[in-house]
Amino acid sequence: MSIKKIHDNQPDKFEFTKANLELADKILKKYPSDQKKSAVMPLLYLAQNQNENWIPLAAMKYIGKFLSMPYINVYEIATFYSMYNLAPVGKYFIQVCTTSPCALRGANKLVDICKEKISKNQNELSQNKLCSWTEVECLGACINAPMMQVNEDYYEDLDETNTKKILNSFLEDKPLKPGSYRNRKNSAPEKNQILTNGHKNA
Amino acid sequence: MLKEENKIFKNLYNEQGWELENALKRDDWLDTKKIIEKGRDWIINEIKASELRGRGGAGFSTGLKWSFAPKKVGSRPHYLVINADESEPGTCKDRDILRFEPQKLIEGCLIASYAVNAKVCYVYIRGEYIKEGKRLQEAIDEAYSKNLIGKNACNSGWDLDIYIHYGAGAYICGEETALLESLEGNKGQPRLKPPFPALVGLYGCPTIVNNVETIAVVPTILRRGAKWFASMGRPKNTGTKIFCISGNVNAPCNVEEEMGIPLKELIEKHAGGVIGGWKNLQAVIPGGSSMPMVPKDICETLRMDFDSLVEVKSGLGTAGVVVINKDEDIVKCMARIARFYKHESCGQCTPCREGAGWMWRILERTAKGEATHKDIDLLSDVTKQIEGHTICAFGEGSAWPVQGLLRHFRKEIDKRCFSEPTIKKKRKIPYLIDQHKLESKDA
Repeated sequence: MSIKKIHDNQPDKFEFTKANLELADKILKKYPSDQKKSAVMPLLYLAQNQNENWIPLAAMKYIGKFLSMPYINVYEIATFYSMYNLAPVGKYFIQVCTTSPCALRGANKLVDICKEKISKNQNELSQNKLCSWTEVECLGACINAPMMQVNEDYYEDLDETNTKKILNSFLEDKPLKPGSYRNRKNSAPEKNQILTNGHKNA
Repeated sequence: MLKEENKIFKNLYNEQGWELENALKRDDWLDTKKIIEKGRDWIINEIKASELRGRGGAGFSTGLKWSFAPKKVGSRPHYLVINADESEPGTCKDRDILRFEPQKLIEGCLIASYAVNAKVCYVYIRGEYIKEGKRLQEAIDEAYSKNLIGKNACNSGWDLDIYIHYGAGAYICGEETALLESLEGNKGQPRLKPPFPALVGLYGCPTIVNNVETIAVVPTILRRGAKWFASMGRPKNTGTKIFCISGNVNAPCNVEEEMGIPLKELIEKHAGGVIGGWKNLQAVIPGGSSMPMVPKDICETLRMDFDSLVEVKSGLGTAGVVVINKDEDIVKCMARIARFYKHESCGQCTPCREGAGWMWRILERTAKGEATHKDIDLLSDVTKQIEGHTICAFGEGSAWPVQGLLRHFRKEIDKRCFSEPTIKKKRKIPYLIDQHKLESKDA
């Protein structure tokens, strides 16, 4: 269970934009007409996208009305799942995977670099307000460990040098390309690679 | 080693392109209509004969699961749900299927939907796989445009709609009933079984839930025959499987191999060997973090299939092989896994919610050398208290790896317990009083 804190400064009002209303109608069509409640997760995600990557309480109330379900149920969902941000995050939201397969490859160094470059604590904005970072559990790219997710993209096969480069690029608002940083093809094995004792990627 | 011609996923690394036109070259959608025309019973019997076992972790017979769905559609519609909520640490096989072999999955969806009488199929993808979901949506759109799915799919007379539903970062939603709860718009907390989803599932309707890899291999099995599939591996553990080899190896990779391949061959031939050589191996987690680790001496002769791994008190799980070499601190590594379970427990059952935290704290203490010998007994006791006392298998998933550590590395752990117990004398403390306060007085 994740512990989540609601942000102190909440906007009074939230409404879907016209484009998002159309998308919401499309989403509703995926589910049987008497099961509108199913759409609560995709709609929360839509609200998060519209509101600079976090969900205000007003959006939960709005979605509750939209799907004719009690507000508290929407609140329950938004606090249960870890991907819904209930407080502002950076324009570049950096999630570092630190679960065992990544940890074996030196993910703790990625965390140290984030602390040094972005902010001392997790979920705090960087000085220029562009980035924030957090530690997350397994992101399902263990073959390409250590890795991090920035917004929608996976940055894989990292080490200290290129992690620094990548983070700098976000801080300067000129993001580098996602993908493998060791020039490997997806999850294929690298041929003839022998690493020395104690080697870790990062 | 598996022959190239026997591989099911020929585009695992995207060397040939994932688009429909390239997929057609790999024989996807070949004679799908003919397969469907052979009828439900033939499909289910063929899958039963191939002895295909679910690839999501539990290893339940797929044909048998399908046969549990009611034979005729009653007042409630049937559903097929694909479990693509791949969150088990060490596993990333479904991601590659979604990215590079989406047509195999879609074709499998059509055949499976027909076999279990479902006209709607939901694919539940974990929220982090946004890109993978978009890719699958593109592939689905392509399939719709060629009338491979939709109304009268492949001219078979069967209608099928496939919808994608994203999760939002909850490991527990990989458990089938939690997944259905999540799909219905609730918190992802597992349901009590029975009733099983095959009778009462999504929206209370008969629902079959299958893993991505299970469904994606179905079309190839039906095209090439159950005998071909069953000829690989060994009885009850047939066919091929995608292994994900990560951790301290020279070349971590996903690879499709025959079931029952020796673990040593898998690591040495495909993953470039352990960092520092085979002698530097400490332990291997053979099937994703929920499965107990096996130490080096067992790894020497271990074969990777469901039954061989059960014999050494572990399990194949999702076949996510995490290699740990002697440079690593095994207790720290386990403490990190315990932290994962503490974070991901859904909080429904008390033994799991509280126990996962206990295990984590004790292991952290042990890793720092601050634990007492009694702590280790307590740890062992806690794992027994969780196991079998929870609604879903998460309890076992969190307790078994710790038990595995205690079984194989007890000596190592005992060496680290320097601290003296806080209360030295045995006291008769009545059961129902505030024990916290007593302890602090004596400390």
